[in-house]
Amino acid sequence: MNTTTPSKLERILAAGHLAVTSECGPPRGCNGNVVAEKARSIGDYVDAINVTDNQTAVVRMCSLASCIRIKQMGLEPVLQMVTRDRNRIGIQSDIMGAASFDIHNILCLTGDHQSFGDHPEAANVFDMDSTQLIQTVKLMRDEGRLLSGFEMKDCPKMFIGAAENPFADPFEIRVSRLAKKVAAGAQFIQTQCIYNMDKFKRWMQGVVDRGLHEKVYILAGLTPMKGVGMAKYMKNRVPGMDVPDDIIKRLSGVPKEKQAEEGINICIEQIQELKEVKGINGFHIMAIEWEEKVPEIVERAGLYPRPRVD
Amino acid sequence: MIMAKAKPMDEIINEIKGFRKVLIAGCNGCVTVCEAGGMKEVELLASALRMFFMREGQEMEIGETSLTRQCDPEYNRELQESIRNYDAVVSLACGAGVQFLAEMYDNVPILPGVDTCFIGVTEEPGVWTERCQACGQCLLASTGGICPIARCSKRMANGPCGGSANGKCEVNKEIACGWQLIYDRLKQLGQLDRFEQPVDIKNWSTSRDGGPRKIIKEVSRQ
Repeated sequence: MNTTTPSKLERILAAGHLAVTSECGPPRGCNGNVVAEKARSIGDYVDAINVTDNQTAVVRMCSLASCIRIKQMGLEPVLQMVTRDRNRIGIQSDIMGAASFDIHNILCLTGDHQSFGDHPEAANVFDMDSTQLIQTVKLMRDEGRLLSGFEMKDCPKMFIGAAENPFADPFEIRVSRLAKKVAAGAQFIQTQCIYNMDKFKRWMQGVVDRGLHEKVYILAGLTPMKGVGMAKYMKNRVPGMDVPDDIIKRLSGVPKEKQAEEGINICIEQIQELKEVKGINGFHIMAIEWEEKVPEIVERAGLYPRPRVD
Repeated sequence: MIMAKAKPMDEIINEIKGFRKVLIAGCNGCVTVCEAGGMKEVELLASALRMFFMREGQEMEIGETSLTRQCDPEYNRELQESIRNYDAVVSLACGAGVQFLAEMYDNVPILPGVDTCFIGVTEEPGVWTERCQACGQCLLASTGGICPIARCSKRMANGPCGGSANGKCEVNKEIACGWQLIYDRLKQLGQLDRFEQPVDIKNWSTSRDGGPRKIIKEVSRQ
């Protein structure tokens, strides 16, 4: 595929490399060094770093400020943006601000409902949803216009991403919904964390059957388990997560102090297996509050060193 | 219909305890149907309050009435004479009724006796659920007759989100996923082609966001 933006992530994917992205969650406070440290520890091992936008509706340092910091370190940020907290005025304004710092990747999300976060009493916005955010970025980039019709002089040059959860219900519409996001303008997809490999492969087969893998880059989402407690929590408490019992059984089968290592092993085995799945263009490794493990995963999965496309 | 539920007794007692004569005014419209503010509830509340104040040893006269509707001046005028006998009125109408009564009788405190909740339906006896958020621009034609604004917790136009599981919403397993309902209905209607078409961003100015709303029908004005 040809490139449409100056995004390094897009260039790597267009060159046919398996891309590797990771994410860093900003702190619940004002210390920017936390972001810088996390980014520094993984920077050499990934092509781009997502910065979450108040994930699970818990207030954290903003994604935009953190992305600017990462950009100024010479690394490639992916600005995550949810539609829960801002209306179309705030959203377009933030996109302009991000573009002014040469942030070239955006991940368009609706966002977790505020009832899951630390401010369940907050009003939510949801002026638009994730699909409409994709349309909005595309409109700004390709037509140089705002939703109002106003023509901008300088347009944001952003590689447009979206998330998709192959494990949510109803399963039969999940390929269809991906098609809808692609129709809206999504160029890359970072999936929900995969644990149920069979179900994921069935979804990928549907994606390939419809030829969607030729229209959008798909990065398989992976989150290593720190232990059996985390696996159970993910299974029972996190919306949209599908953790099969054999993962829990496998983690329970090793002593507590070895469980984290086993979690990493599972993650690496998954990557090796997914490399063989048609339509997979890379991996999105979300090591939640465990960013320091990303280099090990990338290295052991045979994805290091990262390609240079400059 | 507008759905409401009775306010906790303590809250009502706290609001009226400084008065001596209080009128409980029900409404024979929506709140009667949802069993929150009709004549039956007026009688029940009045008895409960009389008992409470008697036990407290506080003198309190409680009057009872219910109007045909409290959202219509014609019916609210019926209180013109009797309201003079009271220090305050507890209205069991929806928020619109409480306010409209207060606009007409601006020297008497008009207190709410119910919490107004939503526009909904009687799903089964004793169960009322939300169906409409009065956005001012109905899109039910394209969503199989099920409203994503009222039925999706994120009011998504292009749902369902990744949290939909077994037909339930991620927010609460008691809530049906609005988009699962829409999908099932579109399928039944043979209209699944509508599902993949991205829906453009909505004009919310016809909704609450545009400020207080007004409808004028010239032909009906005198």
